[in-house]
Amino acid sequence: MEPILRGVNLVKRYGRVTALDHCNFELYPGEILAVIGDNGAGKSSLIKAVSGATIPDEGEVYLEGKRVHFQSPLDARHAGIETVYQTLAMSPALSIADNMFMGRELRKPGFMGSVLRRLDRPEMERIAREKLTELGLMTIQNINQAVETLSGGQRQGVAVARAAAFGSKVIILDEPTAALGVKESRRVLELILDVKARGIPIVLISHNMPHVFEVADRIHIHRLGKRLCVINPKDHSMSDAVALMTGAKEPEEQHAA
Amino acid sequence: MSEGSANSQDYETVVKAGTAEKVAEFGGGPVSALKRIQHMLHKAPSMVPLIVLVMSIVIFGILLGSKFFSPFALTLILQQVAIVGIVGAAQSLVILTAGIDLSVGAIMVLSSVVMGQFAFRYGIPVEVAVGCGLLCGVLCGYINGWLVAVMKLPPFIVTLGMWQIVLATNFLYSANETIRSQDIDSQAPLLHFFGRTLSIGADEAGRGGATFTYGVIFMVCLVLLLAYVLRETAWGRHVYAVGDDPEAAELSGVQIRKVLISVYVLSGLICAFAGWVLIGRIGSVSPTSGQLSNIESITAVVIGGISLFGGRGSILGMLFGALIVGVFTLGLRLLGADAQWTYLLIGVLIIAAVAVDQWIRKVSV
Repeated sequence: MEPILRGVNLVKRYGRVTALDHCNFELYPGEILAVIGDNGAGKSSLIKAVSGATIPDEGEVYLEGKRVHFQSPLDARHAGIETVYQTLAMSPALSIADNMFMGRELRKPGFMGSVLRRLDRPEMERIAREKLTELGLMTIQNINQAVETLSGGQRQGVAVARAAAFGSKVIILDEPTAALGVKESRRVLELILDVKARGIPIVLISHNMPHVFEVADRIHIHRLGKRLCVINPKDHSMSDAVALMTGAKEPEEQHAA
Repeated sequence: MSEGSANSQDYETVVKAGTAEKVAEFGGGPVSALKRIQHMLHKAPSMVPLIVLVMSIVIFGILLGSKFFSPFALTLILQQVAIVGIVGAAQSLVILTAGIDLSVGAIMVLSSVVMGQFAFRYGIPVEVAVGCGLLCGVLCGYINGWLVAVMKLPPFIVTLGMWQIVLATNFLYSANETIRSQDIDSQAPLLHFFGRTLSIGADEAGRGGATFTYGVIFMVCLVLLLAYVLRETAWGRHVYAVGDDPEAAELSGVQIRKVLISVYVLSGLICAFAGWVLIGRIGSVSPTSGQLSNIESITAVVIGGISLFGGRGSILGMLFGALIVGVFTLGLRLLGADAQWTYLLIGVLIIAAVAVDQWIRKVSV
């Protein structure tokens, strides 16, 4: 099977630090790929390189077999890749609906929209409410409340809902459960499985081993700026994964999965 | 070793079994009146200046009676704040992106000088000369925007430099020469367009009654137009997002460079219009006029409740802020107070406005 998203020989240097060192990456259709690694292993750099947030110094990125050159996150988004960043990338003073539709606002039909450029607020609010309801976040009563008045978990929920609503090819989640309580984490994990059931592959970056082992089909272990190995969560235990990740154990064979 | 995934769920089975539909709820407990006000202001930050404006009009109205509370005096205030209101609109746009534009006054004066000199020195038709003046403002704004957005220089430094550059250009180009009002009237009356008036209820001699200059009408229309654009269009939302958190805006798909450059260009254009209105207001084209516009526009913006840190506030607030200053200035003058009292009170208002802004920001914490 051909990978839907593939990175080959990616290199990214920040001054004298090499964050990505000839790293490869593959995501197959319909799967959940977890990316785990120690702090500073270069997970975020990898994700930024394939999502257009940074431009790799060397290497190629392929989407559905075609070489792509993302110059900005907007390019990646147009190609159907949605990313939920650890920082959530939301404007605190703007409303939930405004944030969900940032950069892809809907305009009113007809004269009001094409000439006066008026936003179609009711429609955007309707869709935003619908997406949040799907995620079980409807305790947010007011879709027009500013994002900064939400709790950390609710903000995370909005960010995930935004990605799930618009990602058509790939969804990348950077630490989606890090700021969440047990119940809210569960919601997000359910949502991840939901999205997978719709056939959209997901890249999940997480430190939470139980969560990773619960939902992932394959686990990409990142160490010292490159892929150490890919394991199948069914064949390995969490302690194996942690041992590999920290270098306490060598991978038995390359590409175990 | 597949028991790993099974084990992992053990501690969460409780949650799964009894999944309540509610994830998090907002406490429905008693909310103090102060908190409610805070939330209301968070939603509509221009309420504060509006309340202050209404209160100051009422107070001066009581103190001065019909001397102040007449259509003539009230529209006089509008005429006096027209320039500040227009320049303040430009300043508001820039400050909403978390920048500041110190060159607004200089761009305004240079544009007015270009309009005047092009028409008189080169004999260009006045319509074209006005167009050239507007273009001059656009160009200055573009330079500001390019330096801020592409070269990533701090707006304060860029516009501080441009202020000096533009002002010096203004003096060098105009050779410190003033074009007299009579000459404009006889040869290029279009330059006085915004000085024309619309009187309602004046007596035969043209005294009293409500007097609106075209400049005042232009200011009000401009502010309403910008308020619509900022609230109801994608571009307006992007201006707020860029000012709020530029990194987040970029990651969520806003083209920061384009937004910033367009904001500074629009600001330059509005300043050029302010230059045109300025000719109508003072009658002549003078390279030494409008020196206080910078500080007055920033004052209006701050009193109007727009945050200097960007992303918060409304342009209507700026208009209210400008009017508050106008009301204080005229009211205290009619009361016969020393003009310094005006400055003192405005200073107090500025500090109070920023204090309120900080308080509103804490709404969620």
